[in-house]
Amino acid sequence: MNKKNLPVIVLLAALAIGTLLPLLEKSTQPGFYVEVVLGGLMSGVLYSLVAMGFALIFKASGVFNFAQGAMVLFAALCIARIAEHVPLWAALGATLVIMTAFAWLIERVVLRPLVNQEGIVLFMATLGVAFFLDGFGQTVWGSDIYTIDLGLAKEPMLILENVFAGGILVNRDDLVAAALAALLLLALALFFQKTATGRALRAVADDHQAAQSVGIPLNRIWVIVWAVAGVVAMVAGTVWGAKLGVQFSLQDVALKALPVVILGGLTSVPGAIVGGLIVGLGEKIAEVFLSPILVKTFDLAGGGIENWFAYVLALLFLLVRPEGLFGERHIDRV
Amino acid sequence: MSDARRIGEPVLVVEDISLAFGGVKALANVSFDVRRHEVRAIIGPNGAGKSSMLNVINGVYHPQVGTVTFKGMSQRQVDPHQAARNGIARTFQSLALFKGMSVLDNLMTGRNLKMRSNLLLQAIRIGPAEREEIANREVVERIIDFLEIQAYRKTPVGRLPYGLQKRVDLGRALAMEPELLLLDEPMAGMNIEEKQDMCRFILDVNDEFGTTIVLIEHDMGVVMDLSDRVVVLDYGRLIADGTPDEVRANPEVIRAYLGTTH
Repeated sequence: MNKKNLPVIVLLAALAIGTLLPLLEKSTQPGFYVEVVLGGLMSGVLYSLVAMGFALIFKASGVFNFAQGAMVLFAALCIARIAEHVPLWAALGATLVIMTAFAWLIERVVLRPLVNQEGIVLFMATLGVAFFLDGFGQTVWGSDIYTIDLGLAKEPMLILENVFAGGILVNRDDLVAAALAALLLLALALFFQKTATGRALRAVADDHQAAQSVGIPLNRIWVIVWAVAGVVAMVAGTVWGAKLGVQFSLQDVALKALPVVILGGLTSVPGAIVGGLIVGLGEKIAEVFLSPILVKTFDLAGGGIENWFAYVLALLFLLVRPEGLFGERHIDRV
Repeated sequence: MSDARRIGEPVLVVEDISLAFGGVKALANVSFDVRRHEVRAIIGPNGAGKSSMLNVINGVYHPQVGTVTFKGMSQRQVDPHQAARNGIARTFQSLALFKGMSVLDNLMTGRNLKMRSNLLLQAIRIGPAEREEIANREVVERIIDFLEIQAYRKTPVGRLPYGLQKRVDLGRALAMEPELLLLDEPMAGMNIEEKQDMCRFILDVNDEFGTTIVLIEHDMGVVMDLSDRVVVLDYGRLIADGTPDEVRANPEVIRAYLGTTH
């Protein structure tokens, strides 16, 4: 085994053991434990959806798009407010058009003038885009809390009643979110691996100069990538909005996607999924089962673990594997 | 020299090119032409401006003065993807392959410009898109056979040894079916056998497809064997232009390469 991988393996093993540990506790109800795990995985799916947007853009253009969270919020706002007047499917269609137009505009106004600038310059530009979108969304759509109604029954379902005492509560919204994320991942994988455009995107991600020399137009590729990231943001916005309501705090939750991409690797879409699941699961388990222990043993107030767990985990990963679980390892020839 | 390969009229004319980066002059008043079907070498000591010259032809750099005329069209501000559209392909001195992608996919990117079907059809892979993919795949398979890299079709390029990566780089350029092929030090860092293979491929490309080739090379033996005519650059200036024999006998070239005693 590669010695370099050892710290990562230790870290992952510790995480796995930590996840299973509550089961040893006699007071833990298995049914409740499974509910917590499912709940964690479900919120993980939501993190993944946002993280995928980050990874897509970073991979293709080397830009760390700080505006991804704002794009999620903006897309959710569009859907919620347009759906007040037309059916949901029409609102989704209209939002798709808006996000594509937005991608085109970003390429024209922000990326093209700044081509060949330092990464930090582009990052600052996306920071500006994030705050612009934030305010612009408010200007256009208002700042109340809006709802996206997927037309699903609100009360949770009880499943596996004969396996666990009392059964397990599952939200329908969560199931839809998970299914959508899986579909999206499949669609993206097929698009990237099986189409000529996908191949061109991968080529640009690997080497800008060579991609241009074989006649791949960078500008058009960037529009496509941002449009795809816009679609991902739209899907994320739909499920988040349906679950939590469309409000400006969505943006802050989207920031959780940062530790997720650090975990999974900035350049990897599958990494975004795995990272999201690890973070979602880990923080739920820690919140539910670690808090009481802290309260009991150290007489702390407990709670709030969910807020920092992801970032501490990301910090640990930065120490042992800065490129993330699935990221590209860069070997520079000097 | 084969009979099928008849050297024709100038296809690329470089006139009075001057290129500077800030205060550093990379090229100064360089003019030469490249005739259809010929193998043209650009040689010179380190820092002579050879790669800059290639980058000017290919649109990576835009010279402050001078024109590049390709197939009778002179465009001032060509960018690399337009150059590719016009039929200019290139390889890179320090490899610029798509390392994460298979050999096949790398070569298929060279077919990018030949693919016309729209995105939606591609996504579901039916009708024209499917036919197009198959037709382009056939071209790529012929190049794979030609370069004798059949065994590595599905291997990610990053895992191949250096010499083979150079061959994939050439393959990707050939997949574009270019009229003009620019080779930036195709033998750099190769061992003797790899060099011999590469020489053979270059001559075969020129012979069989009639592709016009401009190459930069350090290895003098290689240059003299391969090329029809040679341009010599030194400190950004053109100091000689002619057949390998003429260039070899040119006193200024000898001075540039060997230095003078003062």
